[in-house]
Parts: sequence; structure tokens; C-alpha cells
Amino acid sequence: MTAETLIILLYVLVLSTFVGFELISKVPPTLHTPLMSGSNAISGITIVGAILASGPDPGAFPIAKILGLIALILATVNVVGGYLVSDRMLKMFKKKK
Amino acid sequence: MDKNIVIQLTYLLSSILFIVGIKMMGKTATARNGNALSAVAMLIAVGITLVNQSILSYTEIFVGILIGSAIGAYFAQKVEMTQMPEMVAIFNGVGGAASTFVAISEYARVHQSPESLDFTIGISLLISVLIGSVTFTGSYIAFAKLKGIMKGGSITFKGQHQVNAILFLIMILACIMTLIDPQNELFIYTVLFLSLLLGVLTVIPIGGADMPVVISLLNSYSGIAAAATGFVLGNQVLIITGALVGSSGIILTQIMCKAMNRSLVSVLLGGFGQTATSGPSASSSDIVVKEVGVEETAMIFDSASNVIIVPGYGMAVAQAQHIVRELMELLEKKNINVKFAIHPVAGRMPGHMNVLLAEANVPYDKLVEMEQINDEFSNCDVCLIIGANDVVNPAAKTNPSSPIYGMPVLNVEKSRTVIVSKRSMAAGYAGIENELFGADNCLMLFGDAKSTLTTVVTEIKNM
Repeated sequence: MTAETLIILLYVLVLSTFVGFELISKVPPTLHTPLMSGSNAISGITIVGAILASGPDPGAFPIAKILGLIALILATVNVVGGYLVSDRMLKMFKKKK
Repeated sequence: MDKNIVIQLTYLLSSILFIVGIKMMGKTATARNGNALSAVAMLIAVGITLVNQSILSYTEIFVGILIGSAIGAYFAQKVEMTQMPEMVAIFNGVGGAASTFVAISEYARVHQSPESLDFTIGISLLISVLIGSVTFTGSYIAFAKLKGIMKGGSITFKGQHQVNAILFLIMILACIMTLIDPQNELFIYTVLFLSLLLGVLTVIPIGGADMPVVISLLNSYSGIAAAATGFVLGNQVLIITGALVGSSGIILTQIMCKAMNRSLVSVLLGGFGQTATSGPSASSSDIVVKEVGVEETAMIFDSASNVIIVPGYGMAVAQAQHIVRELMELLEKKNINVKFAIHPVAGRMPGHMNVLLAEANVPYDKLVEMEQINDEFSNCDVCLIIGANDVVNPAAKTNPSSPIYGMPVLNVEKSRTVIVSKRSMAAGYAGIENELFGADNCLMLFGDAKSTLTTVVTEIKNM
């Protein structure tokens, strides 16, 4: 990785952390549990990394591919489970009719 | 156009949708759509990654995604709302493990190649392994504690902090060695093993009322691990979303700490409730309580005009949320004003009570936060406390020697009558005695919350 790329990625990291702080500090306590399971699902974004790790031709490194596939299954559990369970919760939040 | 540019622009689109989705999750009316939007963002990110030309074998990937989706969907449908903290803990652990596996896989691929391990990639890789592993084992310890497989309280032993510090130093040393000599696999596996161990060791001393803090903190870790993986792969979408989750977890952690008047450091050092559990029997005998029967309870409710219900984790354990809703509807039919007072750390995770009551069809505008409702207790005729203990303990305001002194609590004792529905006189989760139960205006309604309240509801109906 070149120093330039690293700096750009660090900018991305710092700025999105600030965006995160801005967004989340306004969330009311009622929504904290769904928010947590929702953000949990989002942290399953590692699925992208898992695909990249399990995708290429294994060639000389079959271990890398196997580990990638395990990561892929785990990340998918995280993503699918997290979103579905958040949706189940949010479906229940109703205002008085 | 270059294929790579298309891929990068699609990642950008995905990141925008994630941010908008999280923003929408901040309002009850739009939260469900926000969650769906962030799921779409995820789908786009996955879809465009599959287009990547270095990917040759789609069969295994689809099989992997299929297996993972099936497992995830099964648990998401099956889990009870009372068990949401355990569920979040498990999913957190799975996410952490995934980050670790990606990092180790990347290591297995690059460390033998001639250009060897780049310094910055090496550091990111090690951070990803470290935080991912700590999240993984830490979450499973948290899960075991919540589930009752493991003792829920704090587990401490002599020299615990020293042992942790030494293990941490060895791990840092192994990290440095990995960077110096990436070819030697021994070093990175030492890092892996010690991180897994540290995850266990750092969570076992945390117990009792501190559990919601740990869940929030581990949530943050899983995001940081994803962001570190993003640096390994040079992928912005991982960094952006990882940072969003990381900051969200930190904010929730701060809110929880503030609600308990505890610093994050003291939570992490553990040992909560230790001093209190050592000698509680002496003080418990000093408290003389007044018992109340179901008929009398029904009569007290009938003559009230303002009722505040304070739910705690005990309500979830007794599965009493549905009968509580019935009680609320019945009282409202009699023109009695009913509100719910929600303490920020009631339950085992942030917002736990809100979800349980929502499941029981209690409209969310009935649930009032502590700061808003604390002045209303003086106008309240009957305050019904169901399975809550530490969050209504006046010792937090009056007794400087109490372990929870300084923690903001609900001013329930200001109500004309306080009725406490409780199984027995056992101390709360924090293991502290509650002098509220001995107060003049406090009546104890002993028994399982669900069955006693069911009888109370029938009694009121028959009036």
C-alpha cells in the first residue's frame, strides 16, 4: 500500500466515524435495541471481504480459500440474521391508533 | 468505462445508502424502511463484489451464502424477544469471527509471496485478527453469562489484571515479530491464540448490571474489526460501514455508562457487586416489608387516577408483558391514566424493555424515559414495579456507601402507593439490598408476576 492510499483511507475512516457519531447520537432510547441489531447486521459487511478471500482460484493456497469460505458463511449468518431480526422488532413498534 | 471504476462507484452508492438507512433508523416512523434500505445497500455491495474479475468460483460462494442465510434466517425467526441480548451477542461473535477468518485467509495468501507483507497491510491485518478474535470469544462469554450457562456475576481471581497485562504484552511482541518475519506462521498464530484468550479473560470479570455496557462495546468492536479488514483489502465500503458501526457502539456504550454513573474503565476492570454480595444477609433482615394480596391490589388500582408502571428484566423472565398490556387497557377503560417509566438500563441491553412492550402491543408513545417522567411520580397514585429492582433503589440517592450510589434512578418512592410485584425478597441483579421495599408506602405483591397480575386483572374486571 502506498502512503497516498493509506492517507486517503485514513480520511475515509475518520470522516465516516464522525458521520456515525452525528447519526447515532440522535437515536431515541426506544430504538436502541433494533439499532444495535441493525448495526450488527451492517458490521457483517465483512461478507465483501469474505467473498474476495474465497473467490480467487485457490492455486497454491487452498488454506486461504477454505478460511475465506468459513468467513463467508459466518458473515452471511450475521448479515441475514441481523437484518431479519431487526425487521421483526421494528414491525412491532406501533403508535396508538 | 473501466470495470474497476464501475465497481468503485457502486461501492460509493452502497455507502450512501448505508448512511441514509442508518439516519432513517433514528426515527420510529421510518426505522423499518431504514433497516430495509441498509439491507439493500448490503445486497448492492455483495452483488458488485461478485462481478470482481478475480473471482472465478461462484459455486462455492453461492453454497456458502445459502448455508449462512438459512442459519441466520432460522435463528432470526425463532428467537424470543426476551432473548434479544443473547441473540445480539451471538451475531456479534459471528461477525467478529468472520473478520478474523478474512484476515487470516489474506495472510495465508500473501505471506509466502515474493513481495511479502506490506507494513500497513500487516498492521491492519493484525488489528483485524486481534479485535475480531476478542469480539468472538468475548461475545460468547457474554452470551453464556446472559443465558445462565455461566455464572452471571463477576468472576475475578488474584492477579487477574497482571495476567491480562502480561498476555497482552506477549501478544504485542508476537505482532511485532509477525511484521519483522511474516514468513514464520508461528507468530501470527500466537497473536490469534492470545487474542482469543484475552477475549475470554476481559469479559469474565464483567458481570451483573454491567452486561448492557459489554454488549454495546462488543458491538462497537465488531465494527472496528470490519474497518480494519477494510484496510487489509483496501476497500472503502468496509472502512465506512465499519466506522459507522464502531461509532454507534461507542455512543451506546457511553449512554449506558452514564445511565449507571460508571466510567468505562471501571466497567472493564469488572468486579461489580462484589462488595455487596459478601454480606447482604445482615441488612436484609433489617427490612420489614408489608405484603399485599391480589384483591387489595385490584382495589387500590380501581381508586387510582394516575398509574405509572415500571418494568424490569423480571417482567421479561415471567413473560408478563402481555398481561401488563391487558392491565393497561383495562385501567384506561376506567379512565385511569397509565404510563410506563423506562430506565435506560432496565433489562439486559439498551432499549430492551421497549422491544418487549412493543411486542405486547403497547403503543410506544406510552413509554416515557426517565428524565421526562421522574417529576411525575409525585402526582402518581399507584406505581407498579414489575421485576425491577436496582433502577428503583433510593439508596442510589441517599446512601453514599452503596455500590450504586450516584446512579440515576426512578423516583418511585414519591408516589402515593408503590406496589412491587416480585417473586421473592432476593436481591437484584447487582446483588444489592433495596430499602424501598421497607418504606411506609410500599406494598409487596409476592409471586410470579404473570399469574398474580392475571388474578389482579380478573379482580378488576369483576368490580
